[in-house]
Amino acid sequence: MITTLADLLPLLPLLIATATTIVAMTAIGIRRNYALTAGITIAGLLIASLVAASTMFTSNSQVTPLLIVDQYSLFFTVLTCVTAMLIAIFSFPYLANLDDSKEEYYLLLGIATIGAIVMVSSNHFVSTILGLETLSMSLYGMVAYPVHSKLADKFPLEASVKYLVLSAVASGILLFGMALIYAQTGTLEFSSIVNVTKETPGLGAGFSIVALIMVFIGIAFKLSLAPFHMWTPDVYEGSPLPATIYLATIGKSAMFVVLLRLIVTTEALSFDSIILAISLVAIVSILAGNLLALLQDSLKRILAYSSIAHMGYLLLALVASYYVQGTISVEAVTFYLFAYMVMSVGAFGVISIVSSSEKEFDDIDDYQGLFWRNPWLAAVFTGMLLSLAGIPLTVGFIGKFYLFFSGVEAGLWILLAVLIIGSGVGLYYYLRIVYRMLLSPKDGEGFNSGGSQHIGSHGVLAFLLALLLILGVYPTPLVSIIETISLNIL
Amino acid sequence: MILVWLISILFVGGIIAWLSERINPAYPRMIALITVVLDLLLMLSVLGSEPNAGGWIASVNAEWVPRFGISFYLAVDGLSVLLILLTGFLGVIAIGSAWDEIKERVGFFYFNLLWTLAGVLGVFTALDLFLFFFFWEVMLIPMYFIIAIWGHENKNYAAMKFFIFTQVTGMLMLVSILMLAYFHLVQIGNLSFNYHDLLRIEMGNQIEMWVMLGFFVAFTTKLPSVPFHSWLPDAHSQAPTAGSVILAGILLKTGAYGLIRFAVPLFPEASLSFAPIAMTLAAISILYCAKVAFAQTDIKRLIAYTSVSHMGFVTLGIYAWNEQALQGAVMTMLAHGLSAAALFMLAGGLQHRIHTREMPDMGGFWIKVPRMAVVALFFSVAALGMPGLGNFVGEFLALLGAFQANITITVISAFGLILASVYSLWVIQMIFHGEYTGKKIDDSHLTDLNGREMFYFGAMMVGLVWMGMYPQSFLNLSQPVLVELLNNTQSIFAAVVQN
Repeated sequence: MITTLADLLPLLPLLIATATTIVAMTAIGIRRNYALTAGITIAGLLIASLVAASTMFTSNSQVTPLLIVDQYSLFFTVLTCVTAMLIAIFSFPYLANLDDSKEEYYLLLGIATIGAIVMVSSNHFVSTILGLETLSMSLYGMVAYPVHSKLADKFPLEASVKYLVLSAVASGILLFGMALIYAQTGTLEFSSIVNVTKETPGLGAGFSIVALIMVFIGIAFKLSLAPFHMWTPDVYEGSPLPATIYLATIGKSAMFVVLLRLIVTTEALSFDSIILAISLVAIVSILAGNLLALLQDSLKRILAYSSIAHMGYLLLALVASYYVQGTISVEAVTFYLFAYMVMSVGAFGVISIVSSSEKEFDDIDDYQGLFWRNPWLAAVFTGMLLSLAGIPLTVGFIGKFYLFFSGVEAGLWILLAVLIIGSGVGLYYYLRIVYRMLLSPKDGEGFNSGGSQHIGSHGVLAFLLALLLILGVYPTPLVSIIETISLNIL
Repeated sequence: MILVWLISILFVGGIIAWLSERINPAYPRMIALITVVLDLLLMLSVLGSEPNAGGWIASVNAEWVPRFGISFYLAVDGLSVLLILLTGFLGVIAIGSAWDEIKERVGFFYFNLLWTLAGVLGVFTALDLFLFFFFWEVMLIPMYFIIAIWGHENKNYAAMKFFIFTQVTGMLMLVSILMLAYFHLVQIGNLSFNYHDLLRIEMGNQIEMWVMLGFFVAFTTKLPSVPFHSWLPDAHSQAPTAGSVILAGILLKTGAYGLIRFAVPLFPEASLSFAPIAMTLAAISILYCAKVAFAQTDIKRLIAYTSVSHMGFVTLGIYAWNEQALQGAVMTMLAHGLSAAALFMLAGGLQHRIHTREMPDMGGFWIKVPRMAVVALFFSVAALGMPGLGNFVGEFLALLGAFQANITITVISAFGLILASVYSLWVIQMIFHGEYTGKKIDDSHLTDLNGREMFYFGAMMVGLVWMGMYPQSFLNLSQPVLVELLNNTQSIFAAVVQN
């Protein structure tokens, strides 16, 4: 097959993101200018997301065997680009005072975004691994970015090495699983694997199961599902905040889209043992994530553990997809991922806006009395936390509603019970933060988040809060978009 | 449309009250008062409309999330009207009780107060089960803030416990609601959360029981009934007075309303077979909590336990499921709303004056605060069920109806009335009788009730006497609704009995 230029047109968002990085790199080569580099990146990501959004309902094509550009992948391309742009806006004031070259950070951010776009458009193991490694490699750099700074508040090198080593092991397991599948089927395309796993000739069903479970373990590591979650709190805590946000949002959502496509296309859930494995991981993740979060005082660690639990919630809908007719559980996964992105960026964003590379305020004590010191930030933070807890008026509640609905329709009573228990435990640590913000302020240093550098970040928070509340009260527009795009997956 | 106004006025008023604090800290309370009074007038205007064929006085229905068949469907009938009037009335009283007590962060306080009321109104009017659940949860958050910010020494624990109890059991109810919607999808072919649609769902006996339990647990946690009551004493003793008024007066009634409106009519067969257990739990609530109340030294905890005890009569009446018993349950809800609110205000007033809730430190206050003593005596006597006052009518009817359903449990429950007299009079004796020493307390602020306080206690007294002397004016409103509910379930019961 000859690929013409016109065939590559659907890849425009990806190409724009790539071009953005090249332009930014060239600009740095000519003249180092922090604001310019950040501006180029933000503008490029904005254009990429607009292009992706405008072609969303017209485009549907397989570009080369590696990438599929359909409504579903474009939806997540938009989500990824917008989130990356928001993170870039948060990064700007955060890194502004770094005593080291800071322009290259945006290159890493751009390249990571390219990797994420490839992942969400992938229905082939080769593009999965390409995207994943592009994303991870850049993330190692982002996590370790302030490493030469003498004033770095946290311990980025430790976080980066920990992430690098464990991530490499996980990639190894993932690749081994893929190799086993290839040995079994002779193909790496998701859609071609399906018949073979069903009929299970050759080396037998046990072989397929082992292969699929190894792939799942590799993915579970990246999603920080228990029991492969050990790295998460340490890496989250040690990284500079914008990198933490990237890791927690785009890093997770891109991987989950791959997992969803893989599981749904290959019908891997037709093996009982795979369902059992995923359900067990979901249960352990929900319980471990929520229970361990109770013991933390660092907000970054609390949110790290809560993200483990949220990934567990998502697995419930993934398991449900096998039992449910129609697209409801795919919609549930999609909506919840969207909601998770909004509330995670928002919650971490509040911490980021008051922090900088020299001093991160991530202890719960730092936020005592925030309601009376800085009502705006406290209101945003409360909204995000209540949304994470799944309280009505917020988008998180609609997301939880979706999860419950697909769970009920699939009849997954045990998982639903665990979800309820987990959410109940979760309330405690979210409300604990809210309560601290309600107490009377302590004397001491306040946050510096008022400067002109922070205008963009406050704008982002306002945008996210509006999204959180509007979609929490009137979710219909997003619901119908997701309903349409989810048809692509099946 | 008027129903949308009822709720949105409170939401908007809350925001204005919050913002007005910046101009003048005295504005929020005035704006809150004006908002609630306006709302109360609107409610009274609903009363004038004629009900339609289905018994609904006013309704509004619009699409909300068509993907799930969720609509924005509010409607009121006689039962809802009684409860929203109670909400409006106690809303005014609660603002009155907070008038002087709340001095910090006033704007945010009245914001939360009005939003709680808005959530409660939503619960009493929503007929789409998703919307109902939505409001059910919406009223929690502002209430959490009220307890957590303006509460007393142990507020974090109390607020957290309140929130987690209601939220977790709420999620059980959500699962049940979703199962109903799913059965509708399977049987009728489309998703719907509409109350009228879901009434027609048929389920297997065992599944119906499980689904019903989801509702039952959520509602009896709010009510509360043994064994889900332990959040209530903590929440009440720590909440500021206005919080207690709303909690005891209105929030608890949402649980009882849910039982009457949803739990029994949606699952008649399961409810019928579950009734003996529910009535036993009610009897345990009545007697056990009366006994526990007697052991309290903290006056607010004592009143909280008596609340649980009195709400036992409501559960008893509802699960007896005949007209007299249901009328009794409704009357008890209304009368207890007033009497418990008044008692909490008296306790709150005392705490405000002498900074303690410990009864052993009090005594002989009759000489110092005669007006307060008389008012306290009136409401204690009302609470214990003195004929001529509202509570008597309610509890008597509930027992009368329950007697037809289950004689043993009713006879045992009736002992609750005796225990109620014991603890009510004991409180009066501890606080107001005896010799005044004033040694253990700082009595410099121990002043008698002022004019404003007398005004709203007077209003509540009038309400209770009205309910006691001429209950028919309330019974007439709820009667058609209850008869309709009974008729709908009667045929199903008959079928069950035949088998």
